Amino acid sequence: MDENRRDIDVDVEEVRGRLEAARGPEYWRSLEELAGTPAFREWLHREFPRQASVWTDEVSRRGFLGLMGASLALAGLSGCMTPKAAQKIVPYIEQPEKLTPGIPRLFATAMEMGGDAIGLLAISREGRPIKLEGNPDHPSSRGATDPFAQASLLTLYDPDRSQTVTHMGRPADWEELLAAMTAVSAAQRTVAGTGLRILTGTVTSPTLGAQIRRVLTAFPQAKWHQYEPVNRDNVRAASIQALGRDAQPLYDFMRADVILSLDADFLLTMPGRVRYARDFIDGRRVAEHDAVVAKMNRLYVAESGVTVTGAKADHRIPLRPSEMESFARAVSLALESPASTPATNKPANPDQWAALIAADLRASGPRALVLAGPEQPPAVQLLAHAMNTRLGAVGSTLHYAAPNEEEAVDNAASIRALADDMAAGRVQALIILGANPAYNAPADLDFARKLDALPPNSFTLHVGLYNDETANHCQWHCPEAHYLESWSDTRALDGTVSLIQPLIESLYQGRTAAEVLAVLLSQPRSNPRDIVQDYWRAQHPGPGFDAFWRKSLRDGIVGANKPPTNVIPSAGTPASGLFARTQPAAGRQQPAAGSQAGAAGVPQSAIRKPQSAIELLFRPDPTIYDGRFANNGWLQELPKPITKLTWDNAVLLSPATAKQLGVVNEGMVELEAGGRKVSGPVWIQPGHADGCATVHLGYGRTRAGRVGDGQGFNAYLLRTSDSPWSMVATVRKTGRTQPLATTQHQHAMEGGEIIRAATLKELRERPDSVRKVDKHPSLLPNYRYDTHRWGMTIDLTACVGCNACVVGCQAENNIPVVGKDQVSRGRAMHWIRVDAWYQGAPEDPRIHFQPVPCMQCEKAPCELVCPVGATVHSAEGLNEMVYNRCIGTRYCSNNCPYKVRRFNFLQFSDRTTPSLQLMYNPEVTLRTTGVMEKCTYCVQRIEKTRIAAEREDRPIRTGEIQTACQQACPTRAIEFGDLNDPDCVARRLKESVLNYELLGELNTLPRTTYLAGVRNPNPALEGA
Amino acid sequence: MAAEMRHTNAAEPPAESERGIEPLAPVLAPGQTYASVTDKISSIVLERPYHPGWLIGFGISFALVLLLLFAIGVLFTIGVGIWGINIPVAWGFAITNFVWWIGIGHAGTLISAILLLLRQRWRTSINRFAEAMTLFAVACAGLFPILHLGRPQYFYYLIPYPNTMKVWPQFRSPLVWDFFAVSTYGTVSLLFWYMGLIPDLASIRDHARKRVSQIVYGVLALGWRGSAVHWRNYESTYLLMAGLATPLVVSVHSIVSFDFAVGIVPGWHSTIFPPYFVAGAIFSGFAMVLTIAIPLRRFYGLQDFITHRHLDNMAKVMLANGLIVAYGYVMENFMAWLGGDPTEVSSSMDRMFGRYWPAYWLLIACNVLIPQVLWSRRARANTALLWVVSLIINVGMWTERFVIVVQSLHHDFLPSEWKMYYGTIWDWATLLGSLGLFSALLFLFIRFLPMISIYELRELVKETGGGKQRPDLMSATPPTRSKL
Repeated sequence: MDENRRDIDVDVEEVRGRLEAARGPEYWRSLEELAGTPAFREWLHREFPRQASVWTDEVSRRGFLGLMGASLALAGLSGCMTPKAAQKIVPYIEQPEKLTPGIPRLFATAMEMGGDAIGLLAISREGRPIKLEGNPDHPSSRGATDPFAQASLLTLYDPDRSQTVTHMGRPADWEELLAAMTAVSAAQRTVAGTGLRILTGTVTSPTLGAQIRRVLTAFPQAKWHQYEPVNRDNVRAASIQALGRDAQPLYDFMRADVILSLDADFLLTMPGRVRYARDFIDGRRVAEHDAVVAKMNRLYVAESGVTVTGAKADHRIPLRPSEMESFARAVSLALESPASTPATNKPANPDQWAALIAADLRASGPRALVLAGPEQPPAVQLLAHAMNTRLGAVGSTLHYAAPNEEEAVDNAASIRALADDMAAGRVQALIILGANPAYNAPADLDFARKLDALPPNSFTLHVGLYNDETANHCQWHCPEAHYLESWSDTRALDGTVSLIQPLIESLYQGRTAAEVLAVLLSQPRSNPRDIVQDYWRAQHPGPGFDAFWRKSLRDGIVGANKPPTNVIPSAGTPASGLFARTQPAAGRQQPAAGSQAGAAGVPQSAIRKPQSAIELLFRPDPTIYDGRFANNGWLQELPKPITKLTWDNAVLLSPATAKQLGVVNEGMVELEAGGRKVSGPVWIQPGHADGCATVHLGYGRTRAGRVGDGQGFNAYLLRTSDSPWSMVATVRKTGRTQPLATTQHQHAMEGGEIIRAATLKELRERPDSVRKVDKHPSLLPNYRYDTHRWGMTIDLTACVGCNACVVGCQAENNIPVVGKDQVSRGRAMHWIRVDAWYQGAPEDPRIHFQPVPCMQCEKAPCELVCPVGATVHSAEGLNEMVYNRCIGTRYCSNNCPYKVRRFNFLQFSDRTTPSLQLMYNPEVTLRTTGVMEKCTYCVQRIEKTRIAAEREDRPIRTGEIQTACQQACPTRAIEFGDLNDPDCVARRLKESVLNYELLGELNTLPRTTYLAGVRNPNPALEGA
Repeated sequence: MAAEMRHTNAAEPPAESERGIEPLAPVLAPGQTYASVTDKISSIVLERPYHPGWLIGFGISFALVLLLLFAIGVLFTIGVGIWGINIPVAWGFAITNFVWWIGIGHAGTLISAILLLLRQRWRTSINRFAEAMTLFAVACAGLFPILHLGRPQYFYYLIPYPNTMKVWPQFRSPLVWDFFAVSTYGTVSLLFWYMGLIPDLASIRDHARKRVSQIVYGVLALGWRGSAVHWRNYESTYLLMAGLATPLVVSVHSIVSFDFAVGIVPGWHSTIFPPYFVAGAIFSGFAMVLTIAIPLRRFYGLQDFITHRHLDNMAKVMLANGLIVAYGYVMENFMAWLGGDPTEVSSSMDRMFGRYWPAYWLLIACNVLIPQVLWSRRARANTALLWVVSLIINVGMWTERFVIVVQSLHHDFLPSEWKMYYGTIWDWATLLGSLGLFSALLFLFIRFLPMISIYELRELVKETGGGKQRPDLMSATPPTRSKL
């Protein structure tokens, strides 16, 4: 036996070694080989029965680890249907109804993320979702998406997703889990659920909410905790204080003329972003109109870090987090008692800014809007409330709505209560649904250790997409169904409810949260669809349910097309009454001008920081958010909008602060707060407020998967429950460096006219100020385009730099992920990139975003130099790439002045991972090593529409073709169409006074042109 | 081109006699006879044992060839991504090496063809190995355009061959011109070199004692018997070939320069490129001839055949071409300033003071400043110094190509895409490997073929009055030199 065992242990060591070394395709192959060895099979057979004693045995424990790895992957082999599908091609014997091979179908669904939801349309090819687009009928989307929604497709097909139920880290199956849960359920029933705890993220699903409430009814003593690391606790606290109840402010940017954002990144990370971005930009769109009469809103942003919202601001005021409150107070005071003359010169300090902004806000009255970011402390939120009330903005540019959450809680308090209960031994059964507290719970709670310290007879279950940090600390783990595999529902920020319907059968036998909870309710074999349907049947009893259900599914919105927004009804001006409670304070204290205390009745926060230390801001990452997308290669490689860093977070510092600390880019610093330390590389961010540092959450994952593990540093390790968004920390240079991969090293334009910009005033005075064309003479005749003439315009006023276009393009065109090393070598593959240009002083530069796809030049320099004719001009003006013909001289890229061509230096496309094969768009070739590629204006979409039009014997309709980038863009910055079509929007925009060609002096005659960026600075400051 | 040559001639003393003999430095040391010439040169091939020095030199070179093969193996397996190239710097070492090697390959044909036509008799002792060097340099150069392809297996798409797809190369592309220019040059160089070898191969065949040598050299000699008819046909063909090869000297590097000049990249898009590249090519070619000739004449005791006169003349050619190259450098910057195009100005400034500034100033030092010592007769007479200068010029010319290729690309129109390029270990391995291939081929050449043209030297012997005896081998000496 011992002899035998030793032999086998050697094998297991080998399994483990090979598994660790293997990546991608070899991973699978080596497993198949290993699974075939008799020794391994014998060992598997013999050791599989659960033996607790084995776990404690050192040698066997190692074996178990090996087995775990193997089994996870083996489960993948059997659980994934792809290998079979890839090997055998069998035509449908009976054609499924409404499914024609080769014809994509659209299904409405919705994606839930961090308490917000966005309505989506999934493009399904032969039963596989291959692309997500916004649902035009859904008010949170209006047809557009954010980068997260675009990239969630990759998470669905992520081969690293959890693929099997595990118990104590070993593979188990659903039946075993069912048995265990049933036993727990029975035991807890006897004690009314005293020891039962459910932990979720923010729940916006009515069905899941109802399900949890049923559980709480069945187990009256059980508790439901919610923890979302990026939450709206501050908004909630402030509105309870101000309104007496929890309310979510909903902003109507369409009606706002003057907007003051107090660190609210409403264009990229705040819930409601897609809709907000659209509305905000619609309020400042000049290109479509005659610029002379155009009206634009004006945005003031006070913020510490640099966000895309700050970059789009007409005036940006960099402030330390600790200054934000006094600044808000100053604006508020100035609103109440206006200074005699607001400053007319460039304001030198926040107080002068405050006077100026207050004057501008006051002038707009109800058409002004003040919003505070959810990261801002309640005091700032309250000041924003007060200012809006005073301006009369409530009911005009701002509505208070009931939160879209099923049960809004204070997340920090909720997780703390759970942690306390765990520490006090009051928790016998903990079910974690979708959350990852072991990674992202406040550091002071020490959640992971508390999980480990639970008594051995307690039951802990983690249900999640990944076998992540929390799963590692729980006894049981159950794979969760991705939303594209799930039946569920969700309520968007404005109250619009959408049904979530599965687009594909669960790839890895994931279960929905509702399905798991049904087990507790003694309905262990519930069909997830029935759970959702039963809920809605209860809401809509009667014979019309089937029609209601079908319509809701088809539309992606439950109920009428006009969604009922959950606006809090009130008599008169809602907020004035609600604010009555706080107003007397203002009256009592009667603030003298200059005295900041008690402005607008908001008591001043006591938090003061020592001047010597640095203030640290925690913010959700602009690409991987709170860490949930850490294993999503598209988002990891997506350049952060401002820094253009990929694959890493960094300690973002202002140039002056970096100089003061004596650090340079990529130099490691150690951040210390409350005895906790974290080290990260510095990145100097012009425009960042001095004396503070921004760190983004979501990095430093240890069990995210092969993509996300070990990227960046974990800022959660510093973040505590009482200071979740900013804290005082000390910074120490370590002397080490860590390379960072950025896609843009140079943000200064070097005098070139790359960005053309004007202010509204300049445009009114000299409408043709941006329209100078300085072309070199050309001897060559122009091409003639008799049929179609595809062209694009990109409105720099509208582009908010969110990157949705980049990910949308990546999904549509099967663009590979290359990894940090390749990015740092300058080999990122994005066909469209968003350049961020800084203009002006490094303390506070003006930032411009410029999306750059292929310009589809009419006289393309690339076409001339290709020796084999692999890039050629089409009769419709497309600059086409012929992959088969390309031999990879790269001459075309050298000669491309826009550098939009991308080269497959290595085999970047993953052609072997089975799950990814399901994801690829079948209409776009997967490129091989040594081939050049670039933006094609989504030629596959053009051709598909052409075929459809020809079959129907009609011309291609105006606006019928949307490129993927155009489709994804939340602000409709990108317009595409046939320039020979008189109704084409792009054609109309090209006649705008704002239209200009990038590097037009080279005479490349680019088909993609830009509309100059127009800003609307305060006229009082213009020219200053 | 011709202008420079005249310039070079003018630099020589007017007293030079028609027969190419100059009292100060003869092209052939006195005392040589037909027999001594033949014996001396053919004995290197036929009689000398393998010298340990040769074995070591060849061994090192061959090890580098193996390195090259390994690097190519990795390259073909993994892809060009093993190099440091990126977007925007999509061309790196490979194209730099290509242009450099092609440049080196200019000296041979220049010496053989143009100097032949110009009746520069001093070329005789150096033309054979200069031609060989050309051939090997072109072989090395020819590797790189194929290696640098993303999909080298499809290199034949560059060839206009009839095919079922009815697709032709894109004739507007300078790379297609390049393909023709380089392949033509390679072919003509090979033929010219082999043509020149035929009478000497026959000599060696006749001297050979071993059967294998007799057969091998016999086959290679193509039945040369040295009859008057042979010699008449040979002479006219050789002259014709020289006539054909002459324009190639100018055309190849002009066309190579079009790869850059036709592009719109600032730093490339310039009309000065063709003459500037040709001058640079001759500059680096002569530097390489000197780099090889100086050790060679020492190790094989060929000071009598490759005299100070040769070294002096080559140094002068180098100096003249170096000045043209320097003029090119000045003009590039002057034109950027004169044109005032912001991207051109920015590129020029970046070239001098940007992140690649060490490369730029290195090339200025190597190609402009240091060669100025060649104005001094004493410097030209100092073989060791000359050798060092020629090595420096080789380095400088490589750096120049590196700067043109890499620096221009890394700093073009949109600063957002400016990125640095750094050669990887595979870039260096390929460069070193190509040097190894070049020197290995040279080692083989000097061991197995007459490195100096026997028959032409014998003509010299006759002309310098050394050939009093009867021609001992009729095959090796032409009855008369052709009347031009």
